[in-house]
Amino acid sequence: MTDTSHTYSAAAEAGRLRIRRTRWQRLQLELMKAPASAKIGLSIILFYAAMALFAPLIAPYGEAEILPQPYAPWSAEHWLGTDQIGRDILSRLIYGARNTIGIALLTTLLAFAIGGGLGLMAAISRGWLDQILSRGVDVVMAIPSLIFALMLLSVFGSSAASLILIIALLDSTRVFRLTRAVSVNVVVMDYIEAARVRGEGLGWIMRREILPNILPPLVAEFGLRFCFVFLTIASLSFLGVGIQPPTADWGSMVRETAQLIQFAKYDLSAAITPLIPAGAIAMITVGVNFTADWFLHKSSGLRDEQ
Amino acid sequence: MHPVLSTVLKRLMLGVLTLFMVSVVIFCAVSMLPGDFGQAVLGQSATEDAVEAFRQELGLDRPAALRYLDWIGALATGDLGTSFSGRSSSGIDRSRPVAELVAPRLANTLFLASVTAAIAVPLALFLGITSALWRNSLYDRLASAGTLVTISFPEFFVAYILILFLGTLWALFPSLAAVEPEMALGERLYKSVLPALTLTLVIVAHMMRMTRAAIISLLASPHIEMARLAGESPRRVILRHALPNAWAPIATVIAFNLAYLVVGVVVVEVVFVYPGVGQLMVDAVSSRDIPVVQACALIFAAAYILLNLLADVIGIITNPRLLHPK
Amino acid sequence: MSSKTQDVLLEMRDVRIEGFSDEHWNPIVKGVDLTLHRGEVLGLIGESGAGKSTLGLAAMGFVRAGCRISGGSIRFGDTDLRTASEAEKRRLWGTRLTYVAQSAAASFNPAHRLITQTANAAIREGLFSASEARGAARGLYQAMSLPEPDQIGLRYPHQVSGGQLQRVMTAMAMLPQPDLIVFDEPTTALDVTTQAEVLLAMRRIVEQHNTAAIYITHDLAVVAQMADTIKVLRHGQEVEEAPARNMLSAPKEAYTRSLWSVRKLEKVTKPASETVLAVDSVDAAYGTVKVLDDVTIRLPRGRTVSIVGESGSGKSTTARVIMGLLPPRRGQVVFEGSALPPGLKGRSKQQLRRIQMIYQMADTAMNPRHTVGEIIRRPLEFYHGLTGAAAEARVLELLEQIELGADFYDRLPSELSGGQKQRVCIARALAAEPDVIICDEVTSALDQIVQEGILRLLMRLQKECGISYLFITHDIATVQAISDEIVVMHKGKVVEQGPKEEILSPPHPEYTRLLLTSVPEMDPDWLTRLAASREAGTNPATG
Repeated sequence: MTDTSHTYSAAAEAGRLRIRRTRWQRLQLELMKAPASAKIGLSIILFYAAMALFAPLIAPYGEAEILPQPYAPWSAEHWLGTDQIGRDILSRLIYGARNTIGIALLTTLLAFAIGGGLGLMAAISRGWLDQILSRGVDVVMAIPSLIFALMLLSVFGSSAASLILIIALLDSTRVFRLTRAVSVNVVVMDYIEAARVRGEGLGWIMRREILPNILPPLVAEFGLRFCFVFLTIASLSFLGVGIQPPTADWGSMVRETAQLIQFAKYDLSAAITPLIPAGAIAMITVGVNFTADWFLHKSSGLRDEQ
Repeated sequence: MHPVLSTVLKRLMLGVLTLFMVSVVIFCAVSMLPGDFGQAVLGQSATEDAVEAFRQELGLDRPAALRYLDWIGALATGDLGTSFSGRSSSGIDRSRPVAELVAPRLANTLFLASVTAAIAVPLALFLGITSALWRNSLYDRLASAGTLVTISFPEFFVAYILILFLGTLWALFPSLAAVEPEMALGERLYKSVLPALTLTLVIVAHMMRMTRAAIISLLASPHIEMARLAGESPRRVILRHALPNAWAPIATVIAFNLAYLVVGVVVVEVVFVYPGVGQLMVDAVSSRDIPVVQACALIFAAAYILLNLLADVIGIITNPRLLHPK
Repeated sequence: MSSKTQDVLLEMRDVRIEGFSDEHWNPIVKGVDLTLHRGEVLGLIGESGAGKSTLGLAAMGFVRAGCRISGGSIRFGDTDLRTASEAEKRRLWGTRLTYVAQSAAASFNPAHRLITQTANAAIREGLFSASEARGAARGLYQAMSLPEPDQIGLRYPHQVSGGQLQRVMTAMAMLPQPDLIVFDEPTTALDVTTQAEVLLAMRRIVEQHNTAAIYITHDLAVVAQMADTIKVLRHGQEVEEAPARNMLSAPKEAYTRSLWSVRKLEKVTKPASETVLAVDSVDAAYGTVKVLDDVTIRLPRGRTVSIVGESGSGKSTTARVIMGLLPPRRGQVVFEGSALPPGLKGRSKQQLRRIQMIYQMADTAMNPRHTVGEIIRRPLEFYHGLTGAAAEARVLELLEQIELGADFYDRLPSELSGGQKQRVCIARALAAEPDVIICDEVTSALDQIVQEGILRLLMRLQKECGISYLFITHDIATVQAISDEIVVMHKGKVVEQGPKEEILSPPHPEYTRLLLTSVPEMDPDWLTRLAASREAGTNPATG
């Protein structure tokens, strides 16, 4: 600090300036600086995405193809054996990625469309609409969502469509709360008032002023909500009221092969079989959690190591 | 009226109102049943008369408001309705009252939940508070990474790993937790070890992370720095300065996680074939036995609401601003 | 007050402190020496980021989490605070070394009574019995002119006002009869009239007990009242140190002089002209709370009218009424002879364009996700339909006008300093080509020299474009620097309105007198005079 000039010049005013980089350069830099957990998380997500996208190319057998031998042990033809009616477990595992992740993703997207939109509207209007929506959400959230989902599924039956709709609706309450909370913090900012005083319309304020600022926390939340939705659907399928056969899905695969675990003393590989889809579920949630955790820290500027 | 009392009363009223709204929502589930539901329950060969009689029993021909009053009135006297199962197309009715089905299982579930809570709550608070105090130590980092992994695991994954290792490879504990009413406490506990352990692992992870965050934000407040600058020892900083302000966040963390326990119990009961409300509910959902589903949902929701209510009340009665109004 | 002959109490040599951020250790204090004698009061002054609070805490041997002392020595009496164990330091803290924090409201524990907290350290270390300590606390409350000194200690922090809490905290620091008290910006969060009272009480008690103190502040006028010696810090280094009187009359360094640069600005007032904007007998309320009571203000074209008042006086609410953000209960806002619709929705684009506003916190007034270019462009596009190259050229022109260059076009607000941000906000207002700009405390969050720059810019723009300013502030120095006319507001009412010279010279209405006499002056004897005049209950001459 050898600044000895005391005549004021705004352009020369002390201020740490960041070197400007393109988006891509910044992204690369961020990735390089990311902690190991985030890198692991991202690789897991990429791996699963590839599996889901290219399932028909990778899987050795068809999704519901019934082969002559049920409960086949691990072998060269069937790496992970076959299940109780003779379907190749590895193939079902690969197709399962597509079905389970696909349905969870669709559900989360729907939940964000509903909860995010309504949350933003509630935060801006702050009137009767906000009151009604917020009280309604309070009531729905007073019932544990797995319990609520079980109840609704018993009424509407377990089809993929009703599963997606029910879970999305239930989960949208949490998205609503978060979106409303973040948006309320943004809405009170002076730049929103400045835009209103300028005469800007509601649409412009929502799109250009609010949205870019609530996006980072919402993206992180998307990861966490996806995990939650994914686990809920997996749990429901495991309980037998979620995704129905013959669709390959990890939750139901655990349920179908669960009894094999009792034979651990005789055939360890068979006993591990039900743990593989369960582990697949655990691994993707770990991956998404790690990534979202990193993103959350970055976007909120939180540094709890201080 | 003292502000604490009036705030508590307000919160209690809100709790009652929520419970009422929840009961309406749960009741409405029946009204949303599709038209051919009677047929589905009684079977394809059911006679027209049997289906019609069944519809009348459900009261689907009367206004919803009246049916709700009947239902809630019966509920108040402990009558939870009659199960759908045991009915048949021939019209013979061997169904049982829901209350009879639920009562023994509720006792089992409460037993499992209390055992879990008794282990998990002190353990999680201890881990959470210590890792907040020794922030960024190796201990804290390990605990943080470990719990992040554990909360990502579905309950059944944890459950099956435990079964694999502790139930079959080294058969230390039974992997089926078939408790019976006439069992002695010791045997009950022995049979419940694996389900309780599974729930504990899942809850501790959540609860420890939340406790840690709550304590860290508390320790960051300026009055804690002031206490340190007044020469208070670390022990006194925690006990005298942090703790009186920590009840509300800690109560919230505990209530939130016990509420989470309520949900976790469903899956765990199914895995270990533990005869509790959760398993009953899942069976009822599969067979679309609506009165049983309703009763179970109501029990879970009520437990959930009560726990949150309790946390808020603790928060209110320990808030110095409300205790000592202007 | 001077006591150089007495022995040295605190000796800091080449103290270096670093803080951890952005993944590495950055220097905060870069080798500062400090010597304090028994009974001496040292003022530490500097702008934000000068490292004065960090140095003040280091004088107690304390560093905040995320900071470390990386070099130098700190000796307090016969203790080496750098090598002393935590337990040794704890024996000094709260008894021989005490601390008065900036925000008393946040620094008291909400769960304990004030007297318990006041007496805590003294009882713990066995200096007093519990009853003696409580008695002494009540005595100090009395000495600090707190109301009901026997009762106030039984209250909890949230039951007492901010100014009173600050005095209780001083009593707490004084109770164990310490050797050294560190005051860390103790009056910064207070209103100016409250500040004068708290300063009086603090100085009296420090003098009575002949306690040594380090007084940290950014306000030279305040520190001149409290300190025997003043040390000026900048960027973690010492600029100069001198006895208070010498520092004010003959500063050696140019930087020191810049600390009161706003006070040196003078505006020659221009005579009133035709009214461009008028607030006409307006009542306004938030819900049932009435905040404006029959407010009438007129703003002449091409002039600056300042609204002064303390927090809660209704000055910002007046701005909200003018902007249409809060429709008045009664009365109207008149612009160029015709009444404006009360609410924002009723106003036309042209009406909105002609009155612009600049906010106190430039940080929150700019969308952090928009670049400087986008921010300034929007009003051009919105009001004047400028797009493409034409808009870009105009943005560059405006950037020149506010003394920033074209290379600011692509920057995000987070890449600007405080003063640069406020300039961009000014450019955004200018882009609309308004007749009136309402400036709501636009300089209060900035350092003196930056404030001066902004004020000069605003005055230049007024000369060039003939803009009228309604300038809302609580700072009398700023008022003096820029206004043609002054409006004094108190509790939602206009106390006085008129040309600057008239308002600032006696005779004054009661409130104006209180407000003006409470403003610290660049005169070491100001507080002494104020004390004398308040005790005598007479009307002091203002300087």
